[in-house]
Amino acid sequence: MRGLMKLIVMQFKLYLREPVAFFFSLAYPTLLLLLFGFIYGNAPDPAFWGREFGTVDASVPAYAGIIIGTVALMGIPIDTAANRENGVLRRYRATPLRPAVYLVASVVMYLVVALLGMVILVVTGKLVFGLRMAGSWLDVLAAFVLCALAFYSVGYLVASLTPTARLAQVVGMVVFFPMMFLSGAGLPLQLLPEGLRRVSDFLPLTYVVRLLQGLWFGDAWSKLWLPVLVLVGILLVGTIASARLFRWE
Amino acid sequence: MQSEDVIKVEGLRKRYGSVAAVDGISFQVRAGEIFGMVGPNGSGKTTTIECIEGLRQPDAGVVQVLELDPQRDAYTLRERAGIQLQSSNLPNRMRVEEALDLFASFYRQTDDWRPLLEDLGLSDKRRAFFNQLSGGQKQRLFVALALINRPEIVFLDELTTGLDPQARHATWDLIRDIRERGTTVFLTTHFMEEAERLCDRVAILDCGRIIALDTPTNLVNKLGMATRITFQLNGHNHPPSDSELKGFPGIVFNPSLIGALDGVRRVEQEGDEVVVYGQGDGLVVGVIKSLEAASIPFYNFRTEQANLEDVFLALTGRAIRN
Repeated sequence: MRGLMKLIVMQFKLYLREPVAFFFSLAYPTLLLLLFGFIYGNAPDPAFWGREFGTVDASVPAYAGIIIGTVALMGIPIDTAANRENGVLRRYRATPLRPAVYLVASVVMYLVVALLGMVILVVTGKLVFGLRMAGSWLDVLAAFVLCALAFYSVGYLVASLTPTARLAQVVGMVVFFPMMFLSGAGLPLQLLPEGLRRVSDFLPLTYVVRLLQGLWFGDAWSKLWLPVLVLVGILLVGTIASARLFRWE
Repeated sequence: MQSEDVIKVEGLRKRYGSVAAVDGISFQVRAGEIFGMVGPNGSGKTTTIECIEGLRQPDAGVVQVLELDPQRDAYTLRERAGIQLQSSNLPNRMRVEEALDLFASFYRQTDDWRPLLEDLGLSDKRRAFFNQLSGGQKQRLFVALALINRPEIVFLDELTTGLDPQARHATWDLIRDIRERGTTVFLTTHFMEEAERLCDRVAILDCGRIIALDTPTNLVNKLGMATRITFQLNGHNHPPSDSELKGFPGIVFNPSLIGALDGVRRVEQEGDEVVVYGQGDGLVVGVIKSLEAASIPFYNFRTEQANLEDVFLALTGRAIRN
């Protein structure tokens, strides 16, 4: 238990000491929000959003998908593969530290990082654009954690399947960047042509955006059963697969 | 008593594909000794040590460490053993003191790591990041991590590889200190000199097999060529001219003159140069006395002790470095 706490704190410190990771998970979505917030403002636009919400109100839950996606598909695979490649995981393996403890510590750390990114995003939205939200914060938090865990399991799967950090980076980028633009996370799906919008139905990140935006706009969980089902399915499959395929060396 | 053996290895085998990295080796390590495994790169040292540490699963054979099975009792063993790996790392941005504090938290019982840092000469590097350390400092940090749980046995795999001679000598002192605390030391090295100077017993590995195992002194003595004496029959750098030979008409060197002495194993003569192989305390004095008794002048008389390099050469027919 002492080891777990120390490891979580250590992992968090190490994460914050890497400026690039820090920027992408914590600062990048907020900078996007500032940029598009100043361009479009946050006046309610029922014609576009279908409800009494503005661009910033809709972007915050969507950008949560960017935060989760960058941590899960860039941070986790690259860090894990790099630590395996240069022998950091070997060094841990030569101690009584249980692999499960290491993984739990890492997942908790990445969860804290993502939540921190989300808090910065929300606070910026509130202070600068008067961010509105119709749902319950607790529901959004619960959904955020579900989405993050589901995507982290995919991140560890990518880390298990890629032998080097370099390859992990390439795979992470190839999976993440198209998904960011085609899932509604990076830009509203309403802007995409009909054909591309159908592609989004097959992208996991789309369900993160649907779930978080739905709860944000005040929808009940019962109305959001499909995204919940998809994400729980990804979490189960991803966890089982990465647990079976994970390698320390 | 059998509990004196802290490591028991019986018929250990490990293959990678079609290559037998370790090909049926057996040995014991006694409590409190510095046991060394030497051999060229690829001789199976690291595979052996990692099977003993429980980091690799042997294909066949029995391994017991502190009466534990390294596979089944992996975590119990890692509580009680200290492991330094040949190739491992810490995260670049981890500080020295953070690493020690973190690794200490993985064990139930740990030493205060501050004196350890002092002993290893890393006190002034406490706040340094891992990637700011020199190669020697990194190695010393890994030694500290291997000692942090006050281990009963410590494994050091190629600890001094990549260190300059000064750092290597400092590391030897450190290893002797570890043993003074009552910790058994199991190390691998491809430096024969290191094994010879440091180890109580040495196993020489070649192609996955142990080809010799004994104290360094016994290994050298068993060859019967512990001492090599070399001298020349004339003091010039050229063959003796006729006039020089005429000046000493009575001098004829007969190798059997020395070959009959106590402790002499072999005498070789090539031109003016004579090489005598043998052992025993009276060897050098005996050779000089018999040369003087026969009034044979000799020059450039020198003696060399045979070492483990010679043992390896004698056993395998090739030098260890190539």
